Amino acid sequence: MIREASAEPVRPVEERLRTLLMHALAGDVAAYRAFLQDLTGHLRAFLRRRLRHLEHDVEDVVQEILLAVHNGRHTYRPDEPLTVWVNAIARYKLADHLRARSRREALQEPLDDDDELFAVSDTQPALARRDVLKLLDLLPERQRLPIVHVKLQGLSVEETSRVTGMSVSAVKIGVHRGLRALALKIQRTYR
Amino acid sequence: MKTDDLVSMLATGAAPVERHVAAKRFGWALVLGALGALAVVVTGYGVRSDIAMLLHVPLFWAKVAWPACVAIAALATVARLGRPGKPVGGWWLGLATPLALVWLAALLLLWLAPPGMREHLLLGRTWRSCSFNIALISLPALAAALWAVRGLTPTRLRLTGAIAGLMAGTIGALTYCLRCPEMSVPFWATWYLIGMSIPTAAGALLGPRVLRW
Repeated sequence: MIREASAEPVRPVEERLRTLLMHALAGDVAAYRAFLQDLTGHLRAFLRRRLRHLEHDVEDVVQEILLAVHNGRHTYRPDEPLTVWVNAIARYKLADHLRARSRREALQEPLDDDDELFAVSDTQPALARRDVLKLLDLLPERQRLPIVHVKLQGLSVEETSRVTGMSVSAVKIGVHRGLRALALKIQRTYR
Repeated sequence: MKTDDLVSMLATGAAPVERHVAAKRFGWALVLGALGALAVVVTGYGVRSDIAMLLHVPLFWAKVAWPACVAIAALATVARLGRPGKPVGGWWLGLATPLALVWLAALLLLWLAPPGMREHLLLGRTWRSCSFNIALISLPALAAALWAVRGLTPTRLRLTGAIAGLMAGTIGALTYCLRCPEMSVPFWATWYLIGMSIPTAAGALLGPRVLRW
Protein backbone atom coordinates (compact mmCIF):
# COMPACT_ATOMS: atom_id res chain seq x y z
CA MET A 1 0.00 0.00 0.00
CA ILE A 2 0.94 3.60 -0.13
CA ARG A 3 3.34 3.99 2.76
CA GLU A 4 2.44 5.94 5.83
CA ALA A 5 5.30 7.76 7.51
CA SER A 6 4.46 6.56 10.99
CA ALA A 7 3.14 3.26 10.23
CA GLU A 8 3.04 -0.45 9.89
CA PRO A 9 5.22 -2.32 7.46
CA VAL A 10 3.95 -2.28 3.92
CA ARG A 11 3.37 -5.95 3.32
CA PRO A 12 0.69 -6.65 5.94
CA VAL A 13 -1.23 -3.62 4.69
CA GLU A 14 -1.01 -4.91 1.14
CA GLU A 15 -2.17 -8.34 2.28
CA ARG A 16 -5.05 -7.00 4.34
CA LEU A 17 -6.29 -4.60 1.68
CA ARG A 18 -5.93 -7.16 -1.05
CA THR A 19 -7.96 -9.72 0.88
CA LEU A 20 -10.66 -7.12 1.54
CA LEU A 21 -10.76 -6.10 -2.10
CA MET A 22 -10.98 -9.68 -3.30
CA HIS A 23 -14.02 -10.22 -1.09
CA ALA A 24 -15.43 -6.91 -2.23
CA LEU A 25 -15.09 -7.81 -5.89
CA ALA A 26 -17.02 -10.98 -5.17
CA GLY A 27 -19.88 -8.88 -3.78
CA ASP A 28 -19.10 -8.52 -0.05
CA VAL A 29 -20.29 -4.99 0.72
CA ALA A 30 -18.95 -4.90 4.27
CA ALA A 31 -15.49 -5.89 3.06
CA TYR A 32 -15.69 -3.23 0.41
CA ARG A 33 -16.59 -0.57 2.93
CA ALA A 34 -13.69 -1.65 5.14
CA PHE A 35 -11.37 -1.61 2.14
CA LEU A 36 -12.36 1.91 1.13
CA GLN A 37 -12.12 3.20 4.70
CA ASP A 38 -8.70 1.71 5.18
CA LEU A 39 -7.57 2.97 1.80
CA THR A 40 -8.82 6.47 2.61
CA GLY A 41 -6.36 6.77 5.49
CA HIS A 42 -3.46 5.76 3.30
CA LEU A 43 -4.50 8.06 0.51
CA ARG A 44 -4.81 10.97 2.90
CA ALA A 45 -1.30 10.44 4.24
CA PHE A 46 0.05 10.03 0.72
CA LEU A 47 -1.57 13.27 -0.42
CA ARG A 48 -0.71 15.29 2.67
CA ARG A 49 2.92 14.72 1.83
CA ARG A 50 2.52 15.55 -1.83
CA LEU A 51 0.18 18.51 -1.51
CA ARG A 52 2.05 20.24 1.29
CA HIS A 53 1.20 23.67 -0.10
CA LEU A 54 -2.32 22.73 -1.04
CA GLU A 55 -3.69 21.31 2.21
CA HIS A 56 -7.19 22.34 1.27
CA ASP A 57 -7.14 20.17 -1.80
CA VAL A 58 -6.24 16.95 0.01
CA GLU A 59 -9.75 15.81 0.83
CA ASP A 60 -11.01 16.63 -2.64
CA VAL A 61 -8.29 14.55 -4.24
CA VAL A 62 -8.88 11.72 -1.76
CA GLN A 63 -12.46 11.63 -2.96
CA GLU A 64 -11.44 11.76 -6.61
CA ILE A 65 -9.13 8.81 -6.11
CA LEU A 66 -11.74 6.81 -4.20
CA LEU A 67 -14.22 7.34 -6.98
CA ALA A 68 -11.57 6.37 -9.54
CA VAL A 69 -10.70 3.21 -7.62
CA HIS A 70 -14.38 2.34 -7.52
CA ASN A 71 -14.93 2.99 -11.22
CA GLY A 72 -11.80 1.08 -12.17
CA ARG A 73 -12.06 -1.81 -9.73
CA HIS A 74 -12.78 -4.29 -12.51
CA THR A 75 -9.28 -3.67 -13.91
CA TYR A 76 -7.57 -5.05 -10.81
CA ARG A 77 -6.22 -8.56 -11.28
CA PRO A 78 -5.77 -10.65 -8.16
CA ASP A 79 -2.36 -11.92 -9.26
CA GLU A 80 -0.91 -8.42 -9.29
CA PRO A 81 0.29 -6.26 -6.40
CA LEU A 82 -2.45 -3.97 -5.18
CA THR A 83 0.13 -1.32 -4.22
CA VAL A 84 1.15 -0.84 -7.81
CA TRP A 85 -2.41 -0.64 -9.05
CA VAL A 86 -3.59 1.86 -6.44
CA ASN A 87 -0.42 3.91 -6.80
CA ALA A 88 -0.91 4.25 -10.53
CA ILE A 89 -4.49 5.42 -10.05
CA ALA A 90 -3.54 7.84 -7.26
CA ARG A 91 -0.75 9.38 -9.33
CA TYR A 92 -2.98 9.69 -12.37
CA LYS A 93 -5.68 11.48 -10.40
CA LEU A 94 -3.18 13.66 -8.57
CA ALA A 95 -1.54 14.72 -11.83
CA ASP A 96 -4.96 15.39 -13.28
CA HIS A 97 -5.90 17.51 -10.32
CA LEU A 98 -2.71 19.54 -10.42
CA ARG A 99 -2.99 20.06 -14.14
CA ALA A 100 -6.56 21.32 -13.87
CA ARG A 101 -5.61 23.47 -10.91
CA SER A 102 -2.68 25.15 -12.62
CA ARG A 103 -4.81 25.79 -15.66
CA ARG A 104 -7.40 27.45 -13.48
CA GLU A 105 -4.81 29.45 -11.60
CA ALA A 106 -3.26 30.70 -14.79
CA LEU A 107 -6.59 32.34 -15.40
CA GLN A 108 -7.26 33.49 -11.88
CA GLU A 109 -5.46 34.53 -8.73
CA PRO A 110 -1.93 33.48 -7.80
CA LEU A 111 -1.35 30.79 -5.19
CA ASP A 112 -2.19 31.92 -1.70
CA ASP A 113 0.80 30.82 0.34
CA ASP A 114 -0.48 32.35 3.57
CA ASP A 115 -2.81 29.41 3.90
CA GLU A 116 0.09 27.32 5.02
CA LEU A 117 0.59 29.26 8.26
CA PHE A 118 -2.82 28.40 9.55
CA ALA A 119 -3.05 24.90 8.25
CA VAL A 120 -3.95 22.44 10.94
CA SER A 121 -1.78 19.37 10.88
CA ASP A 122 -4.05 16.73 12.28
CA THR A 123 -5.03 13.38 10.95
CA GLN A 124 -8.70 14.30 10.86
CA PRO A 125 -10.23 14.65 7.47
CA ALA A 126 -10.53 18.20 6.35
CA LEU A 127 -13.81 19.14 4.77
CA ALA A 128 -13.91 18.57 1.08
CA ARG A 129 -14.43 21.89 -0.63
CA ARG A 130 -16.46 20.56 -3.45
CA ASP A 131 -19.66 18.75 -2.69
CA VAL A 132 -20.10 15.54 -4.62
CA LEU A 133 -23.80 15.58 -3.75
CA LYS A 134 -24.30 18.87 -5.56
CA LEU A 135 -22.52 17.52 -8.62
CA LEU A 136 -24.98 14.67 -8.61
CA ASP A 137 -27.70 17.15 -9.55
CA LEU A 138 -25.89 17.84 -12.80
CA LEU A 139 -26.36 14.27 -13.99
CA PRO A 140 -29.28 13.30 -16.23
CA GLU A 141 -32.22 11.67 -14.43
CA ARG A 142 -31.50 8.20 -15.80
CA GLN A 143 -28.19 8.28 -13.94
CA ARG A 144 -29.05 10.48 -10.99
CA LEU A 145 -32.13 8.53 -9.83
CA PRO A 146 -30.43 5.12 -9.75
CA ILE A 147 -27.53 6.60 -7.77
CA VAL A 148 -29.83 8.36 -5.31
CA HIS A 149 -31.94 5.27 -4.69
CA VAL A 150 -29.33 2.52 -4.81
CA LYS A 151 -26.22 4.23 -3.51
CA LEU A 152 -27.60 6.86 -1.14
CA GLN A 153 -30.89 5.42 0.12
CA GLY A 154 -29.72 1.84 -0.01
CA LEU A 155 -32.61 0.41 -2.00
CA SER A 156 -32.00 -2.73 -3.99
CA VAL A 157 -31.81 -2.58 -7.75
CA GLU A 158 -35.23 -4.24 -8.00
CA GLU A 159 -36.83 -1.80 -5.57
CA THR A 160 -35.29 1.09 -7.47
CA SER A 161 -36.64 -0.32 -10.68
CA ARG A 162 -40.12 -0.37 -9.15
CA VAL A 163 -39.87 3.15 -7.70
CA THR A 164 -38.51 4.76 -10.83
CA GLY A 165 -40.21 2.68 -13.49
CA MET A 166 -36.82 2.01 -15.05
CA SER A 167 -35.85 -1.52 -16.02
CA VAL A 168 -33.45 -3.44 -13.77
CA SER A 169 -30.67 -3.29 -16.29
CA ALA A 170 -31.26 0.43 -16.87
CA VAL A 171 -30.84 0.99 -13.13
CA LYS A 172 -27.56 -0.94 -13.09
CA ILE A 173 -26.26 0.89 -16.13
CA GLY A 174 -27.41 4.20 -14.67
CA VAL A 175 -25.41 3.66 -11.49
CA HIS A 176 -22.35 2.55 -13.40
CA ARG A 177 -22.35 5.32 -16.00
CA GLY A 178 -23.47 7.89 -13.48
CA LEU A 179 -20.48 7.30 -11.23
CA ARG A 180 -18.16 7.54 -14.21
CA ALA A 181 -19.84 10.73 -15.32
CA LEU A 182 -19.52 12.05 -11.79
CA ALA A 183 -15.76 11.52 -11.87
CA LEU A 184 -15.55 13.61 -15.04
CA LYS A 185 -17.78 16.33 -13.55
CA ILE A 186 -15.47 16.53 -10.57
CA GLN A 187 -12.51 17.21 -12.83
CA ARG A 188 -14.44 19.93 -14.56
CA THR A 189 -15.21 21.77 -11.33
CA TYR A 190 -11.53 22.62 -11.27
CA ARG A 191 -11.55 24.16 -14.70
CA MET B 1 -20.01 15.48 1.09
CA LYS B 2 -17.70 14.04 3.70
CA THR B 3 -15.27 11.38 2.64
CA ASP B 4 -16.85 8.87 5.02
CA ASP B 5 -20.18 9.45 3.35
CA LEU B 6 -18.63 8.99 -0.05
CA VAL B 7 -17.17 5.69 1.11
CA SER B 8 -20.62 4.60 2.30
CA MET B 9 -22.14 5.68 -0.96
CA LEU B 10 -19.61 3.76 -3.04
CA ALA B 11 -19.92 0.64 -0.91
CA THR B 12 -23.71 0.62 -0.67
CA GLY B 13 -25.22 -1.82 -3.10
CA ALA B 14 -21.88 -2.48 -4.78
CA ALA B 15 -22.57 -5.49 -6.96
CA PRO B 16 -20.03 -8.24 -7.52
CA VAL B 17 -17.74 -7.31 -10.38
CA GLU B 18 -18.38 -9.26 -13.53
CA ARG B 19 -15.34 -11.13 -14.71
CA HIS B 20 -13.75 -10.50 -18.09
CA VAL B 21 -15.88 -7.40 -18.73
CA ALA B 22 -13.02 -5.71 -20.54
CA ALA B 23 -12.16 -8.78 -22.61
CA LYS B 24 -15.76 -9.04 -23.78
CA ARG B 25 -15.77 -5.39 -24.70
CA PHE B 26 -12.61 -5.82 -26.74
CA GLY B 27 -14.07 -8.87 -28.41
CA TRP B 28 -17.09 -6.88 -29.49
CA ALA B 29 -14.93 -3.99 -30.62
CA LEU B 30 -12.84 -6.28 -32.81
CA VAL B 31 -15.89 -7.90 -34.36
CA LEU B 32 -17.66 -4.59 -34.98
CA GLY B 33 -14.49 -2.92 -36.27
CA ALA B 34 -13.79 -5.79 -38.65
CA LEU B 35 -17.38 -5.90 -39.88
CA GLY B 36 -17.33 -2.15 -40.42
CA ALA B 37 -14.07 -2.38 -42.34
CA LEU B 38 -15.43 -5.24 -44.41
CA ALA B 39 -18.56 -3.26 -45.21
CA VAL B 40 -16.48 -0.31 -46.43
CA VAL B 41 -14.29 -2.53 -48.62
CA VAL B 42 -17.09 -4.58 -50.09
CA THR B 43 -19.47 -1.72 -50.80
CA GLY B 44 -16.96 1.06 -51.42
CA TYR B 45 -14.10 -0.63 -53.21
CA GLY B 46 -15.03 -4.17 -54.15
CA VAL B 47 -12.97 -7.29 -53.50
CA ARG B 48 -10.20 -8.35 -55.88
CA SER B 49 -11.61 -10.75 -58.45
CA ASP B 50 -8.59 -13.08 -58.17
CA ILE B 51 -8.83 -13.37 -54.39
CA ALA B 52 -9.50 -17.13 -54.46
CA MET B 53 -6.31 -17.71 -56.41
CA LEU B 54 -4.33 -15.50 -54.06
CA LEU B 55 -5.10 -17.84 -51.18
CA HIS B 56 -2.52 -20.20 -52.66
CA VAL B 57 0.18 -17.55 -52.95
CA PRO B 58 2.61 -17.52 -50.01
CA LEU B 59 3.47 -13.86 -50.64
CA PHE B 60 -0.17 -12.95 -50.08
CA TRP B 61 -0.05 -14.62 -46.68
CA ALA B 62 3.13 -12.76 -45.84
CA LYS B 63 1.28 -9.58 -46.69
CA VAL B 64 -1.55 -10.56 -44.34
CA ALA B 65 0.76 -11.83 -41.61
CA TRP B 66 2.50 -8.50 -41.19
CA PRO B 67 -0.48 -6.37 -40.07
CA ALA B 68 -1.89 -9.42 -38.27
CA CYS B 69 1.22 -9.64 -36.08
CA VAL B 70 1.08 -5.92 -35.37
CA ALA B 71 -2.62 -6.29 -34.56
CA ILE B 72 -1.97 -8.95 -31.94
CA ALA B 73 0.82 -6.93 -30.35
CA ALA B 74 -1.29 -3.75 -30.39
CA LEU B 75 -4.20 -5.56 -28.75
CA ALA B 76 -1.97 -6.93 -26.00
CA THR B 77 -0.31 -3.54 -25.52
CA VAL B 78 -3.51 -1.58 -25.31
CA ALA B 79 -5.01 -4.09 -22.87
CA ARG B 80 -2.00 -3.53 -20.62
CA LEU B 81 -2.04 0.24 -20.98
CA GLY B 82 -5.66 0.10 -19.90
CA ARG B 83 -4.82 -1.33 -16.51
CA PRO B 84 -3.20 1.03 -14.00
CA GLY B 85 0.33 0.06 -13.06
CA LYS B 86 0.60 -2.77 -15.58
CA PRO B 87 3.85 -2.52 -17.52
CA VAL B 88 3.73 -3.10 -21.26
CA GLY B 89 7.12 -4.78 -21.07
CA GLY B 90 8.01 -7.17 -23.87
CA TRP B 91 5.04 -6.23 -25.99
CA TRP B 92 6.86 -3.12 -27.20
CA LEU B 93 9.20 -5.58 -28.85
CA GLY B 94 6.17 -7.42 -30.20
CA LEU B 95 5.13 -4.21 -31.92
CA ALA B 96 8.58 -3.34 -33.19
CA THR B 97 9.62 -6.75 -34.51
CA PRO B 98 7.14 -7.12 -37.38
CA LEU B 99 7.85 -3.54 -38.42
CA ALA B 100 11.57 -4.13 -38.36
CA LEU B 101 11.28 -7.40 -40.30
CA VAL B 102 9.17 -5.86 -43.04
CA TRP B 103 11.54 -2.93 -43.36
CA LEU B 104 14.52 -5.23 -43.48
CA ALA B 105 12.91 -7.32 -46.20
CA ALA B 106 11.90 -4.19 -48.10
CA LEU B 107 15.39 -2.71 -48.03
CA LEU B 108 16.93 -6.02 -49.04
CA LEU B 109 14.56 -6.38 -52.00
CA LEU B 110 15.19 -2.82 -53.12
CA TRP B 111 18.91 -3.37 -52.87
CA LEU B 112 18.77 -6.59 -54.87
CA ALA B 113 16.38 -5.26 -57.51
CA PRO B 114 17.70 -3.83 -60.78
CA PRO B 115 17.74 -0.02 -60.49
CA GLY B 116 15.02 0.37 -63.08
CA MET B 117 12.63 -1.75 -61.03
CA ARG B 118 13.06 0.03 -57.74
CA GLU B 119 10.62 2.79 -58.34
CA HIS B 120 7.93 0.35 -59.35
CA LEU B 121 8.58 -1.83 -56.29
CA LEU B 122 8.15 1.17 -54.04
CA LEU B 123 5.28 2.98 -55.73
CA GLY B 124 3.38 0.19 -57.48
CA ARG B 125 0.33 1.51 -59.29
CA THR B 126 -1.74 2.63 -56.34
CA TRP B 127 0.60 4.47 -53.97
CA ARG B 128 -1.44 7.64 -54.22
CA SER B 129 -4.58 6.11 -52.76
CA CYS B 130 -3.36 3.17 -50.65
CA SER B 131 -2.64 4.93 -47.35
CA PHE B 132 -5.76 7.01 -47.56
CA ASN B 133 -7.88 3.94 -48.28
CA ILE B 134 -6.47 2.07 -45.29
CA ALA B 135 -7.13 5.04 -43.03
CA LEU B 136 -10.69 5.33 -44.28
CA ILE B 137 -11.38 1.63 -43.89
CA SER B 138 -10.10 1.68 -40.33
CA LEU B 139 -12.48 4.42 -39.20
CA PRO B 140 -15.19 2.09 -37.82
CA ALA B 141 -12.48 0.09 -36.06
CA LEU B 142 -11.04 3.29 -34.57
CA ALA B 143 -14.39 4.19 -33.06
CA ALA B 144 -14.83 0.63 -31.77
CA ALA B 145 -11.31 0.47 -30.32
CA LEU B 146 -11.67 3.76 -28.46
CA TRP B 147 -15.03 2.60 -27.14
CA ALA B 148 -13.43 -0.61 -25.87
CA VAL B 149 -10.62 1.27 -24.15
CA ARG B 150 -13.16 3.49 -22.43
CA GLY B 151 -14.17 0.38 -20.51
CA LEU B 152 -10.66 0.27 -19.06
CA THR B 153 -8.75 2.78 -16.97
CA PRO B 154 -5.67 3.96 -18.84
CA THR B 155 -3.34 6.40 -17.13
CA ARG B 156 -1.38 7.42 -20.24
CA LEU B 157 -4.18 8.67 -22.39
CA ARG B 158 -2.29 9.87 -25.45
CA LEU B 159 -0.19 6.73 -25.75
CA THR B 160 -3.18 4.47 -25.13
CA GLY B 161 -5.18 6.33 -27.75
CA ALA B 162 -2.33 5.93 -30.21
CA ILE B 163 -2.04 2.17 -29.73
CA ALA B 164 -5.81 1.78 -29.94
CA GLY B 165 -5.57 3.72 -33.21
CA LEU B 166 -2.79 1.44 -34.41
CA MET B 167 -4.95 -1.57 -33.64
CA ALA B 168 -7.71 -0.04 -35.75
CA GLY B 169 -5.18 0.68 -38.48
CA THR B 170 -4.12 -2.95 -38.62
CA ILE B 171 -7.74 -4.00 -39.02
CA GLY B 172 -8.01 -1.50 -41.86
CA ALA B 173 -4.82 -2.80 -43.47
CA LEU B 174 -5.87 -6.44 -43.12
CA THR B 175 -9.20 -5.76 -44.72
CA TYR B 176 -7.66 -3.70 -47.49
CA CYS B 177 -5.64 -6.80 -48.48
CA LEU B 178 -8.91 -8.06 -49.99
CA ARG B 179 -8.79 -5.19 -52.44
CA CYS B 180 -5.19 -4.08 -52.79
CA PRO B 181 -3.50 -5.23 -56.03
CA GLU B 182 0.05 -4.59 -54.84
CA MET B 183 2.32 -7.54 -54.12
CA SER B 184 5.60 -5.78 -53.40
CA VAL B 185 7.13 -5.79 -49.93
CA PRO B 186 8.65 -2.28 -50.21
CA PHE B 187 5.20 -1.03 -51.15
CA TRP B 188 3.57 -2.48 -48.01
CA ALA B 189 6.45 -1.35 -45.83
CA THR B 190 5.80 2.22 -46.93
CA TRP B 191 2.18 2.81 -47.81
CA TYR B 192 0.58 0.32 -45.46
CA LEU B 193 2.67 1.75 -42.68
CA ILE B 194 1.61 5.29 -43.50
CA GLY B 195 -1.99 4.11 -43.75
CA MET B 196 -1.85 2.58 -40.28
CA SER B 197 -0.09 5.65 -38.91
CA ILE B 198 -3.03 7.89 -39.73
CA PRO B 199 -5.49 6.22 -37.30
CA THR B 200 -2.60 5.95 -34.84
CA ALA B 201 -2.14 9.72 -34.94
CA ALA B 202 -5.88 10.22 -34.73
CA GLY B 203 -5.99 8.01 -31.64
CA ALA B 204 -3.18 10.00 -30.06
CA LEU B 205 -5.06 13.22 -30.71
CA LEU B 206 -8.37 11.89 -29.43
CA GLY B 207 -7.02 9.90 -26.48
CA PRO B 208 -6.65 12.69 -23.92
CA ARG B 209 -10.21 13.84 -24.59
CA VAL B 210 -12.05 10.60 -25.18
CA LEU B 211 -10.34 8.27 -22.72
CA ARG B 212 -10.56 10.38 -19.55
CA TRP B 213 -12.17 8.70 -16.59
